[in-house]
Amino acid sequence: MNIWLVFLLGGLLTFGMRFSFVYLLGRFEVPEMMRKALRFVPPSVLTAIVIPELVVQSGRMDFSLTNFRLAAGMIAILVAWRTRNTLLTIVAGMLALVLLEFIF
Amino acid sequence: MNNKQKSFWAGVRTELPLLIGVAPFGMIYGVLALNAGLAPAPAQLMSSIVFAGSAQFIPAQLVRDAVPGLVIVLTIAIVNLRHMLYSASIAPYLQALPMRWKVLLSYLLTDEAYAVTILHYELEDKKQNGHWFFLGAGLTLWIGWQISTAAGILLGTTLPESWPLDFALPVTFIALIMPALKDRPAVAAALSAGGVALLAYSLPYKLGLVLAGLLGIVVGTFLEGRKPPREPR
Repeated sequence: MNIWLVFLLGGLLTFGMRFSFVYLLGRFEVPEMMRKALRFVPPSVLTAIVIPELVVQSGRMDFSLTNFRLAAGMIAILVAWRTRNTLLTIVAGMLALVLLEFIF
Repeated sequence: MNNKQKSFWAGVRTELPLLIGVAPFGMIYGVLALNAGLAPAPAQLMSSIVFAGSAQFIPAQLVRDAVPGLVIVLTIAIVNLRHMLYSASIAPYLQALPMRWKVLLSYLLTDEAYAVTILHYELEDKKQNGHWFFLGAGLTLWIGWQISTAAGILLGTTLPESWPLDFALPVTFIALIMPALKDRPAVAAALSAGGVALLAYSLPYKLGLVLAGLLGIVVGTFLEGRKPPREPR
């Protein structure tokens, strides 16, 4: 298959999924139950993206102190919790990882 | 400045700090796409057509391994399944908008734009011009992603491999999660989703992510249902 066609179809499918409920819910009323459940989309999905990135290294779970990504992630979580500042959280997390890798 | 413009620029301002985390990731994608054998033009266009962060990495690798086109298309779709959850979650707020707005905002519905916009919508009395906020946040991310992809393609292999640039993604998401942890059911949803994501990390195509997300939603909804109804304010 032509590479452009692959991107076009992939892009169309991605758009279709992003558009799916935005389109459908214009035509139907949102059930109360669903409205309540959807409040939990951000904490659930975002955490499910982050945790394996911190814990799984080279295809295995690593909870040891030498997993610097986990340690730096914990520092980022602490900074995010205390400051609620996006920029500070990202900078602190990245710096922590660079320093840990540099020192040890 | 009228209220629409105010909302638009508020969206831009809220999204801007996230670009610190998104830009390194876009650059990595640019480098990786070239290394996988994509020419600069297709590599850049995947960023504008698919516009989906991590979902773009996988097709780039599949192109290198000469995987059939249909498989690549399906893989993009499966990796992006979570966007249906975002779509369902943001849809009630977009219900009254004209179709051209719905189409444009759906195209801009990425993780980072979704996370800040849904928080904005959930704050009361800010719903009137919320779509302008969404547009500001979404466009900021779009422009940042295109520029950082281009930077990655231009710099190519001159970027030192020892820099842990890919770590920018999880720390950016950590910054996005914290404001979403508003109460106990939300924290429980996050913890159970994180746990399941770990247990299921070996599932292909990030299916573990979708599974974990759904379970987190179920846990949160169940716990909230058990709570006594809140006193009217």
